[in-house]
Amino acid sequence: MANFVTNLFRRNEKLTVDEFIVKKTITSFFFLLVFFAACIWAWKWVRRQPSQNGSRADVHAPLRTVLNTNEIIFSKIFSSNHLTKTYPASAAVKQVRPNGSIGMRNNLDTAAWKMYVIRANGDTLALDLDDIKKLPKTDVTFNFKCIEGWSQITHWAGVRFSDFMKFYGLNAEASMKYLGLTTPDKEYYVGIDMPSAMHPQTILCYELNGRPLPLREGYPLRLIIPVKYGIKHLKRIGTMYFANNRPPDYWAERGYDYYSGL
Amino acid sequence: MCRANQPAFHFLEAGFFLCNFLIELTMKQIVNKHPLAIRWFHWINFPVLGVMVWSGLLIYWANDVYKVGFGDKTLIKFFPQSFYDVFHIPFRLAEGMAYHFVFMWLFFLNGLLYVLYTIFSGEWKYLVPDKRSWKDAWLVFLHDLHIIKNKPSQGKYNAAQRITYTAIIVMGIGSILTGLGIYKPVQLGWLTAVFGGYKMSRIIHFALTIGYILFFLIHVIQVIFAGWNNFRAMVTGFEVVKIKEQPIVVEPASMPVDDQINSEEDIPQNDRDSIVIPEPE
Repeated sequence: MANFVTNLFRRNEKLTVDEFIVKKTITSFFFLLVFFAACIWAWKWVRRQPSQNGSRADVHAPLRTVLNTNEIIFSKIFSSNHLTKTYPASAAVKQVRPNGSIGMRNNLDTAAWKMYVIRANGDTLALDLDDIKKLPKTDVTFNFKCIEGWSQITHWAGVRFSDFMKFYGLNAEASMKYLGLTTPDKEYYVGIDMPSAMHPQTILCYELNGRPLPLREGYPLRLIIPVKYGIKHLKRIGTMYFANNRPPDYWAERGYDYYSGL
Repeated sequence: MCRANQPAFHFLEAGFFLCNFLIELTMKQIVNKHPLAIRWFHWINFPVLGVMVWSGLLIYWANDVYKVGFGDKTLIKFFPQSFYDVFHIPFRLAEGMAYHFVFMWLFFLNGLLYVLYTIFSGEWKYLVPDKRSWKDAWLVFLHDLHIIKNKPSQGKYNAAQRITYTAIIVMGIGSILTGLGIYKPVQLGWLTAVFGGYKMSRIIHFALTIGYILFFLIHVIQVIFAGWNNFRAMVTGFEVVKIKEQPIVVEPASMPVDDQINSEEDIPQNDRDSIVIPEPE
């Protein structure tokens, strides 16, 4: 037996078939076990890493790094010419599924509502709904996609975001990297890369199915941005601002992809 | 090649065992079966696909609407309430998406390298079904169910394996393409449209996953039935083939000619690297 074991350390050519089989089987299974152990170790290592912002609600930093890398890779195929498939308005559902009321739980004085637009130089524009409505109206009927996985064909109308930027002379702002939006109570907030915001189907929306937005759908004004998941379609816009660094984003802080681009 | 060497062995061995009239003469042959690269692709794919299925379930559970049925009748609901009650499924959509969009790269790269390897090494010839496979797969199926006794002759993989292992690659490509169509349904809208739109792409993506689960279960059962020699080959790369000879009644003029190769698997066609070592010494 001892002889058999020491023989295993000899060169393969000097082994009998049986010795060769034993030696190769032991070494191969050893490497397989090492591989599985390395997998488990790597898995545990990832799950030990804190998140980038230190919050327990966020994903582990290595995962976030890959998500951000995915953004760099996949934003290369982004084009304003790639339009969301649109449908006739008649294809839109009548019962729109609302999801999420964060940022809309406080009472809103609708008569006093204004959207505050903080310009790059620090000036603030205060606009009411009529200031928005006097711009050309556009509508889009598309398959609204919730990040949870469901989708619905819905019909929205308002002002194209790029038209709005042009009309109010926000050219310097449009050349910045990010658009930030918050609800009036600052409870909900999103950050959106400027190319997606300037996409021709992105609208500041005040109508759903030809009627003013219901309160639960973000009256008086919300964002509709078909190149993003629903989490970025902020309802009840309070403040709009611009930045070259990423504005805080409610769901990105809770583990979701910041880009969330479709 | 073993077969070519046999007459020489008969001659020598017959002489060697001149006195041992009824000793069974066995020759063990080591036959290389799975190249190292394929073994790595296989074992890497196992945990990677596992994480993809797990994270995919975390995503699906955020909106679990799929069921199989006809009319108003539901046969299977994914998943029944009892399943959630037993496993206490938490809402972990963000975590599921994060892992899914990290491990998709490993799944994609490993699959891509595997396909490239099989193409450039020529291994595809053993894996892709040929004209006979479609008929033979049925015979393999009946054989595995013990309905018929003999199974059709085969190379490294039998006809059913050829069809299954090729189908699983086609499914993998399908998962990647439908996945991309779901991931970027605007920028890659044409791809989403190829698979019948956003909702249909999601259904196909989900159905393919069910396919992997079924494949995995059958695969494991088949591996258990095929036995240790076959399983070890996926780790060590080689299979041990025993060549048994009939008990020899020595009459110098009559050499045994009706040798049969006796092993779980026939000798693979690509036994070009096989080493032949006779024993006992």
